[in-house]
Amino acid sequence: MSIEIRNVSKTFGQFQALKEISLVVPAGELVALLGPSGSGKTTLLRIIAGLEFPDAGSVIFDGEEGTRRDARDRGVGFVFQHYSLFRHMTVFDNVAFGLTVKPRRTRPPRELIAKKVHELLQLIQLEGLANRYPSQLSGGQRQRVALARALAVEPKVLLLDEPFGALDAKVRQELRSWLRRLHDEIHVTSVFVTHDQEEALEVADRIVVMNEGRIVQEGPPEQVYHEPANAFVYHFLGSLNLFHARIEDGQAIIGDPAPVSSAAPNGNTPMAYVRPHLMDIERFPASQNHFPGRIVRINAAGSLVKVELVTVRGQTVQVEISHERYRELQLTKDEMVFVNPREMKVF
Amino acid sequence: MGWTIFYLCLIILIPLSMILVKSASLGWLGFWRAVTAPRALAAYRISLEASFVAALINAVFGLIVAWVLVRYRFPGRRIFDGLVDLPFALPTAVAGIVLTTMYSEHGWIGSRLAALGIKVAYTPLGIVVALTFIGLPFVVRTVQPVLQVIDVEVEEAARSLGAGLWQTFRRVLLPELLPAWLTGITMAFARGLGEYGSVVFIAGNMPMRTEITPLLIMIKLDQFDYAGASAIALAFLLISFVLLLVINGMQRRLGALPALR
Amino acid sequence: MAGTASIPLRNVPGASVGVRSDPRSVRWPLIVICVAFLALFLLLPLMAVFANALSGGVAAYFRALTDPEALSAIRLTLLTAGIAVPANLIFGVAAAWAIARFDFTGKRLLITLIDVPFSISPVISGMVFVLIFGAQGLFGKWLMAHNLRIVFAVPGLILATIFVTFPYIARELIPALQAIGSEEEEAALALGASGWKMLWRITLPNIKWSILYGVILCNARAMGEFGAVSVVSGHIRGLTNTMPLYIEILYNDYQLPAAFAVASLLTLLAVVTLVAKSIVEWKFEEDTVGAIAGSERDHEH
Repeated sequence: MSIEIRNVSKTFGQFQALKEISLVVPAGELVALLGPSGSGKTTLLRIIAGLEFPDAGSVIFDGEEGTRRDARDRGVGFVFQHYSLFRHMTVFDNVAFGLTVKPRRTRPPRELIAKKVHELLQLIQLEGLANRYPSQLSGGQRQRVALARALAVEPKVLLLDEPFGALDAKVRQELRSWLRRLHDEIHVTSVFVTHDQEEALEVADRIVVMNEGRIVQEGPPEQVYHEPANAFVYHFLGSLNLFHARIEDGQAIIGDPAPVSSAAPNGNTPMAYVRPHLMDIERFPASQNHFPGRIVRINAAGSLVKVELVTVRGQTVQVEISHERYRELQLTKDEMVFVNPREMKVF
Repeated sequence: MGWTIFYLCLIILIPLSMILVKSASLGWLGFWRAVTAPRALAAYRISLEASFVAALINAVFGLIVAWVLVRYRFPGRRIFDGLVDLPFALPTAVAGIVLTTMYSEHGWIGSRLAALGIKVAYTPLGIVVALTFIGLPFVVRTVQPVLQVIDVEVEEAARSLGAGLWQTFRRVLLPELLPAWLTGITMAFARGLGEYGSVVFIAGNMPMRTEITPLLIMIKLDQFDYAGASAIALAFLLISFVLLLVINGMQRRLGALPALR
Repeated sequence: MAGTASIPLRNVPGASVGVRSDPRSVRWPLIVICVAFLALFLLLPLMAVFANALSGGVAAYFRALTDPEALSAIRLTLLTAGIAVPANLIFGVAAAWAIARFDFTGKRLLITLIDVPFSISPVISGMVFVLIFGAQGLFGKWLMAHNLRIVFAVPGLILATIFVTFPYIARELIPALQAIGSEEEEAALALGASGWKMLWRITLPNIKWSILYGVILCNARAMGEFGAVSVVSGHIRGLTNTMPLYIEILYNDYQLPAAFAVASLLTLLAVVTLVAKSIVEWKFEEDTVGAIAGSERDHEH
């Protein structure tokens, strides 16, 4: 089922959570709503679910108007950050719940429900735990049960509110890839909310970046990452270094000229944004684009080597290079080297 | 520390043992006769029945009141919420005379009910009314805190899965409320058993019909029949104790449902 | 059962959820039932007390209150509460502290015993006092020999009231003391404070709202106690009548406006008690919720 959000606004008291949001989620896509706290992403999700109602604008499901429909009638599956499993029911009863509350006419017979539940438990790999209670499960297991419970009613849309936020880093990783695989199998239109850009980049078909109640950019992960629309998106999607820049002849100059790969600035003091791993370290000024710096810290633990330098103007710069390059250069603390930004964005 | 125990023993233990001692002075036969006299049996029955009915009324309405006060907003809510404790704060004698006056045949409510042929004052119904008043806060105040901390998201989960309000209440909320609700009902019941002040005015105190056990004890004391009074008090305490033990046992079995972390 | 009382929090977040999610067709009938029930059982009696008190006219109202027997009853009620509440405060604090801070044999028994006055009928409570201190009672002969009257006299009233109202303070303080924990007290002792200083400057201020709450409840019950004092007092007019007893006498004499006049004073006390209670609950919540919010992260949206 496709979802269309048209000019939706929502205010809570004095706080305007959503400011005329418009968005289209095509059927079968896995979309991430990404943004910091207060950006409105959870509010938008809950409006899609029918747990909140917008002050203005409309929500359209498969071409049909559904703004005022109650949550129970929308056919959405909602997964909460804190699982919200029914404490007094077994895993089986939790997953079966949506099926057992259907009105008598549409309710499947008990054997069918049992079959469906067991299928789902198999899908989430928790078959043997059907008779356990939520308090006897780990966080990761509970979240999988919550997901199965939402899927049991065959929702046309799956909505997840920071589903892995309450879990340990490792479990989060596992569930992330598992969710992706699940979606590839089931192809239900899914929208999930996260403030973790790594998660969004890894899992989603499309990312919708939100800030202060507005959509700032949307597109596939590669696009949003490599072609950020503005400073905020760039900032939010990964670590960065910030330089003051001068624009001369279409080139941004920070210390020394470097190639510009985005539109010219809008009249404010231009700031150049460079990602740590898009800069090289050289022992000698190899190209036109470089500036000197003194190494103050080297952290070789991790997939990349993080080198921290200080420029002649006293600015701290973070560079990430591969381990091979590090060994090649044989860098040591307090050395003077040259930093060469390969790619910059100027806003 | 030693002083505290001393004080408590003085104040509580010794008095209680006096009841035993005095009742024992009747001898087994005398005790049995006093305790099973028709008037005494009637008194137990009246106290138990009236407390039970009042507790049931409070069970239903107390739950509704707690539900409404916690979940809804309406003008005057806060005042009504504070008012719920009135039966705790109001002296029982005051409650007794005002309820009697209201429900007597010329009273504000009694007159209207009389038109329908219903008599409240000086009947067992009056006792139930008084005990309902007395027990009102118990159910409301034990259920309220539990309702307040029920996870909103769990309700939203049920809603998103298609459950109607009644289904959500019955399958998701009620199991959470049940222990507190039962506790409140039991407390209201126990309180009703021992109540004196608010009942003796409205009951009419006719032996065998509207004479509650505390009143019978009081009458025996007025007659200086201390032994008889002690015997009845002891029997009544035992009955109440056994009842509460049984109810407690049932509660514990219900509360032993797993996952009540 | 003891140890479960504590000051209720009223404005917990997550409440009032029903306004958003329960359909109107369910909400309003329930609200109507709730209000009707509360109005019938609580509001009407409240109004009826004052209506009946003034039914003979305002002059008669004040005459009833200034009657010498009425004044004597008011005095006795105030005296009784004035002794019972402080006594129970001191020993309530001591008992609660012993229970919350120590483990000792008989602790469970102690806790159950504290609940006893709560759970037995006040008439039975009064009766045991007569059994102990009455002419035929345990100390009866000894007391008569020394010309001391307890039962059917003021001391008996006071003792009976102390017995009946003892749990109100202790039950509030036990969970409060358990909730704040003993770290601060231990710190104070480690810094050289004496036991008294620690109690006075650390422990008591920390549980001040619970103390106040218990005192309010204890006082309301002490002034309004009827069943126990009814047995113990002997109803000697003008001498051993507290206000509730005096009301009974007036009522049985068919002096309704006078009875309600005195009742109206106690009713005003009840209303003041309710208001004071609400204020303490509100202040307690401010302190408690503020402390929690300060040490918790906000939920992200």
